[in-house]
Amino acid sequence: MEKDGISKSARLLWKLSCFFRKFIVSTLSVGPIPTHVAFIMDGNRRYAKQRNLKEGEGHNAGYLALKFMVYYCLELGIKHVTAYAFSIDNFKRSPEEVQRIMDLMVEKIEEELSEVDNTYSKMGIRIHFSGNLELLSQPTKDAVKKLMAATAKNSKVLLTICFAYTSTNEIVHAIEQTCQQKLADQMELEEPNSAGKGNHVVVKLADIEKHMYMAVAPDPDIIIRTSGESRLSNFLLWQSANCSLICFSQLWPAISFWHLLWAVLKFQRNYFYFEKKKKQI
Amino acid sequence: MLSLRFAIPTANSITYPKPKPKSAGLLQNQTEIFSSGFSFSVPKRYDCKLQAAPTDVVNGKSTSVAQELSTEELPTGLKKELMPKHVAVIMDGNGRWARQRGMPPSAGHEAGVKSLREMVELCCRWGIQVLTVFAFSAENWIRPKVEVDFLLSLFERALKSEFESFAKGGIRISIIGDSSKLPTSLQKLINEVEEATKENTRLQLIVAVSYSGKYDVVQACRSIAEKAKDGEIQIEDINESLIEQELETNCTEYPYPDLLIRTSNELRVSNFLLWQLAYTELFFVRELWPDFGKEEFVDALTSYQQRQRRYGGRHS
Repeated sequence: MEKDGISKSARLLWKLSCFFRKFIVSTLSVGPIPTHVAFIMDGNRRYAKQRNLKEGEGHNAGYLALKFMVYYCLELGIKHVTAYAFSIDNFKRSPEEVQRIMDLMVEKIEEELSEVDNTYSKMGIRIHFSGNLELLSQPTKDAVKKLMAATAKNSKVLLTICFAYTSTNEIVHAIEQTCQQKLADQMELEEPNSAGKGNHVVVKLADIEKHMYMAVAPDPDIIIRTSGESRLSNFLLWQSANCSLICFSQLWPAISFWHLLWAVLKFQRNYFYFEKKKKQI
Repeated sequence: MLSLRFAIPTANSITYPKPKPKSAGLLQNQTEIFSSGFSFSVPKRYDCKLQAAPTDVVNGKSTSVAQELSTEELPTGLKKELMPKHVAVIMDGNGRWARQRGMPPSAGHEAGVKSLREMVELCCRWGIQVLTVFAFSAENWIRPKVEVDFLLSLFERALKSEFESFAKGGIRISIIGDSSKLPTSLQKLINEVEEATKENTRLQLIVAVSYSGKYDVVQACRSIAEKAKDGEIQIEDINESLIEQELETNCTEYPYPDLLIRTSNELRVSNFLLWQLAYTELFFVRELWPDFGKEEFVDALTSYQQRQRRYGGRHS
């Protein structure tokens, strides 16, 4: 007997796996749970090629994998999840592929908004897009802004999707904004104080940090990268100063709860050392 | 489903030099990682080798004598055209190495210096242009004063003793980091050494002392803000290459490392060269820094040469 295209046995299996995961989660929760986990979703196209799927099916599979990972993070009590969906460097790819990704994003956003499949809203997830959104086409920009507004009130988990994002671009933007703000402050100060003290511009770390696109979330505790590559690829360079970097050889659509479990266990192992360091600083 | 065979092979985060049976246990025993079997090779002082291989510098480029030497010396399996131009190293594990042997941390740091000498020699021989090492982080100031004083005096002694070798060996030294916190004698010595070696071209050794990646970006922002205030640049002109020029790594032609090696099994960047690591290949090694030698370096380079660097694009 099928309902919504999902068989009864599949539903039963899912419920069983949820129960099993609850058991694992309650054991893990005895120790510290990371606040923020970031994912570099690498390997979608290779996944499609390996399984002889159509072009673009890899990204669909990747989207599904992300949904599951967000759900597992919700179960684990992880409050912030960030996913590297599309880099500014990815605009270098073929226009067809770029368009396919943009179309997929718009399609999924519309599904979410139209309540056909609004899983994120049901899960209480607030979605935020980080990146240079001005680089996107108008329809994509509009869809993205609509989704951010629609989910703004949710508070269980903050899912930040890095779209048209690179860390260097984020830092350039933050520096621009900081300089603008400092110059504006300087102008305000200089008027009554026209003795010309030759004030130096004082820029602090906090000034730059508050202008980052990623200022909505704390620094990540773990960055997980799939498909065997061991590099950051211009993702969260600033924020990754003291977080664990974990690489898995599996491709992104093949990621599972076990990988997250492994990452959290590694985090728990290093946690007390990190806390000691943070207190010292 | 309950099988523990999923012990997820973390592909490149911990790369073992020799294939070892990976423990299925999720929490590896700390002592197991640092098991015996390390080889401690005493590095020869590289100045003897360099005296035997004179480098004539013609028009700022090494002559074929030095080039032939570096090609010959390349170990099997490594391709010359795929060698990284800039290698960065986080020299972690000196304290732990000393603790394992019941020695004081100072002995660990001394052993670390020997390891560094070997690394510099290897880079010279294999044609690597820039080597950046993370000697002392801005966060290390909070360590016990005794250790900090020892580290700084060790650094001063090493600089003084290696000064002549560097000058003869064609090695250019640059120091990056917040030097204002360093003792005045050290600051003076640094200036002298930098000035004396600035024409050398065989290898550029960048030592990060009192350095923080975030601080680097903040000071770049500060100088850009000053320039904007003085009207030298407009806010709209601020872009990635402007920031690159203001960062402390502007002292070199290749500011972006191709390969970052971190020892002692720690999987993080620890506030080292944040901007510059955008596309760097990361390689994490189990061995502690004093145990890191030629073999481990060859493994790192072999792994690097096998990687596909796409920079966000596609190969096919």
